[in-house]
Amino acid sequence: MATDHELHLRDRLTRLRSLNLLGGVRLSGELEKLQRQLDRIQTAPTDEEIWRSVELARHQDRPYTLDYVERLLDDWVELHGDRGRADDAALVVGLGKFNGRTIALLGNQKGRDIKERTHRNFGMAYPEGYRKAMRLMELAGRHGFPLVSLVDIPGAYPGVAAEQHGQGGAIARSQAAMARLEVPTVACVIGEGGSGGAIATALADKVLMQENAIYTVISPEGCAAILWRDAAEAKKAAAAFKPDAVHCLELGVIDGIVPEPEAGAHTDLAESAKLLGESLQEALEELESVPVDDLKRRRRARFRSLGVYA
Amino acid sequence: MSSRIDVSIEHRNVPEPPGKQHPNTCPECQSHYRDDELEAALWVCPHCGHHFPMRARSRIASLADEGTFVEEAAELRSEDPLHFFDLRPYTERLAEAEMKTGLGEAMVIGHGSIDGKSCELAVMDFSFMGGSMGSVVGEKFSRACDSAAERGVPLVSVTASGGARMQEGILSLMQLPKTVCAVEDLHDAGQAMISVMTHPTTAGVLASFASLGDVIVAEPGALLAFTGPRVVQQTTREKLPEDFGLAEQNLRFGHIDAIVARPELKPYVSRLLRLFTSRNGD
Ligand SMILES: [Zn+2]
Repeated sequence: MATDHELHLRDRLTRLRSLNLLGGVRLSGELEKLQRQLDRIQTAPTDEEIWRSVELARHQDRPYTLDYVERLLDDWVELHGDRGRADDAALVVGLGKFNGRTIALLGNQKGRDIKERTHRNFGMAYPEGYRKAMRLMELAGRHGFPLVSLVDIPGAYPGVAAEQHGQGGAIARSQAAMARLEVPTVACVIGEGGSGGAIATALADKVLMQENAIYTVISPEGCAAILWRDAAEAKKAAAAFKPDAVHCLELGVIDGIVPEPEAGAHTDLAESAKLLGESLQEALEELESVPVDDLKRRRRARFRSLGVYA
Repeated sequence: MSSRIDVSIEHRNVPEPPGKQHPNTCPECQSHYRDDELEAALWVCPHCGHHFPMRARSRIASLADEGTFVEEAAELRSEDPLHFFDLRPYTERLAEAEMKTGLGEAMVIGHGSIDGKSCELAVMDFSFMGGSMGSVVGEKFSRACDSAAERGVPLVSVTASGGARMQEGILSLMQLPKTVCAVEDLHDAGQAMISVMTHPTTAGVLASFASLGDVIVAEPGALLAFTGPRVVQQTTREKLPEDFGLAEQNLRFGHIDAIVARPELKPYVSRLLRLFTSRNGD
């Protein structure tokens, strides 16, 4: 029996068929991929499965941006600093070769041990991080490098200095910089897609999510604290706002789900990297066939169509 | 653990609840006023200058020339895509907000003129679910940008918001890039955006369209913060400066162009409108 969820996916599939979403060229590829995902997912994620995603997305051994850089890019050169006041270690940027072409890559970076976690500020960027990201975006635009953004942030840092340095404005301008780019851009949520801190670097032509990543407007704990006045109700909150990849796909927020090894990305780094690399390659190939003038227009139209109202 | 507390976009930045104090009692000097007295004074305390919250309709009346404002997209209403239920269903909260405020959503858009200069207005109302931005606020703002571009006039945005509307889940977060793209399209069409930030302009609205004005001004004492003081305090245990997150601190750190008291706002905005449109020869 078809579940509600499956019906939603099928509905989305039907709409995609009639939409000419990708200018026709690679439409069949897109359909095939969605169909595969539809086939793979037989039932809607249960509340327990959603919570499992939350836990896997935050797993201490989950691969981070630099783990993927190491496995997917050749000739990686990390760039540092926002050219204004600091180098934010919570967000890394650089250039490298991906399947033969030079790309610009940026990503949030968490730490493995206590020392690195502190150095990376638990992956929570300051405005300096977003300004460094904008520097890379401009560089990518100037030289025609495709931009890949890996998103894995609990949330932008909520501190006194972060506010004084303009956290809100930096997040807004980082999105605006992505909306202006005239090169192909792909974003993939590889762990926690936490709120404004995440969307700052996720306004891309193609937005992907790993199977067990989460994408949220607020953390389950934060939501629970406000709506249920009890952070311990996080599970309930997650079930209510559905931060998992399948629901994000269903709502049109993302364009595809990147598979992970059966027990989660942390169980097989090589396999996780291979699967991510294939999805990134597929997305970039698709975008590289789109005329540059159309990229920006379609990207904005994509985001401007998001929302549900009557 | 601090990394688990994502506080970036939510409702916790709302002003302190007034407790038992009557909304027309000035929290600064305790003077009490009737509605008509405050309306006549633009909801600024005649005694001490405190800026009371101003409703969207009053704001529009205070800025637009009399009889010129024509509302657009008034019919848009929120849906409940997640069938969201916390302590109460989202749909019930929406219905209650509409009854309480007489507004369909937390933003009113339309065109009109300010001192004879045509412009588009997008004005938020904090009374409607804390001015939170869901799909309808995003769509209305987006349409305001298009309307301004089509008419070839600048957009004046007035914000008052606690952030994204959690009840719409990830779709509320998507209103950030949506409104950002709308502003970019407006700018590509050659039109200006003037952003007026009022108390409070926080989280998702600060982190999207409100921060993208060609000129950004704020009202005195307005809280303009991505994360509000209480959450920063709770999360980081840092000692907060006296004017943490307020318009005055934002001006000092270079995030806004000016602080303009409400009685001066209309002449200030109309001067900007003249500057941005005179290159077109009128
Ligand atoms: Zn007073």
